[in-house]
Amino acid sequence: MPTTEKYLAKSTDIAARTLGDETIIMSTLDSTIFMLNPTGTAIWQAADGNTPLSRIIEDKVCAEFDVPVEQASADAHHFIDELAEHGILVVSDHPIPQ
Amino acid sequence: MKLPTVAEEHEVVIEIGGIPIALQTTDPGFVSLLKGRYGSYMTSDTSPDFTFRVDLVPPDSFNPEDDAEVWFENGEWRLERGDFRATWSQESRQGLIRQTANPYSIDSVLRITHTLLLARTGGFLLHASSAVRNGKAFLFSGLSEAGKTTMARLAPPDVALLTDEASYVRRIEDQYLAYGTPFAGEMGEPGKNISAPIAAVYLLDKAPENKIVRVDQAEAIQRLMRNILFFAHDPELVRMVFDSACAFVAAVPVYRLSFFPDERVWDLIG
Repeated sequence: MPTTEKYLAKSTDIAARTLGDETIIMSTLDSTIFMLNPTGTAIWQAADGNTPLSRIIEDKVCAEFDVPVEQASADAHHFIDELAEHGILVVSDHPIPQ
Repeated sequence: MKLPTVAEEHEVVIEIGGIPIALQTTDPGFVSLLKGRYGSYMTSDTSPDFTFRVDLVPPDSFNPEDDAEVWFENGEWRLERGDFRATWSQESRQGLIRQTANPYSIDSVLRITHTLLLARTGGFLLHASSAVRNGKAFLFSGLSEAGKTTMARLAPPDVALLTDEASYVRRIEDQYLAYGTPFAGEMGEPGKNISAPIAAVYLLDKAPENKIVRVDQAEAIQRLMRNILFFAHDPELVRMVFDSACAFVAAVPVYRLSFFPDERVWDLIG
């Protein structure tokens, strides 16, 4: 379990559309497309650069999807690592000015 | 004394998707080539929206291994591939193409130019065959071998083919229209130069039996984006194309068409 807090912000190099509880995101740099399920969409929508990841997990994932915090945290970190790797999400140890 | 001669300038206007583009050349042989390829798309009573001068260059002028690159620089678009170099200013409406005397390079320049024009107006070129039946257009999209050409070949006599390769989609007010294109695939024939409102898009998949299933919007956008032809390294235009795809699937139903490749599949269309 990571010990430092993380903050998430949406990259500016994307185009995104939320349809129902799913989100489709495309990188405008390489046209890679990602589909987010409802849990991913909840995290994505909360990625405002200021809300700590732990609070997003607690408020948006555990509370709304009835998932234990340990599992939600592991899944969320895997999820944000993948999106960050493709430049879709910006991840920092500090709040990210928008 | 022998007087210097001035080569006569020839101009042909090729109108695809309702957008007339003039090509100017001094080579009468190249004019014949253009007439042969774009005959039914040539017009003489419309003033062009854009004009390209075509300079024919000797073979081996460029590196044939170069992939297509399209980018915006110093106020003009630059289009380059192993067989051509082109510049085009949307502001001055003028462009220059340097290529050898072959039909494939000019075809590619025209395709790319149209994708750039369509991107700002909610339209796009889709890797799809398309056809008109009963006044409505139907698009058949898929990757290679999915069945685009097969659908075109199986079309009954009451169907007018718009293209077996690259479908031309324009948004006119709140309506999406498909236009015929001269951009031919395996069939090697230009589509009929007509247009019609788009009734449906079918994502093709060959199967033992025919079946149509509606695709939700998220999947439709994803599948459409994979098949939209767009070449420019330009994040702003890429975002516009994405928005166009989203708006399109909100307005036009998209289906998955699993089909057995015989003529009965057309019983389900139109």
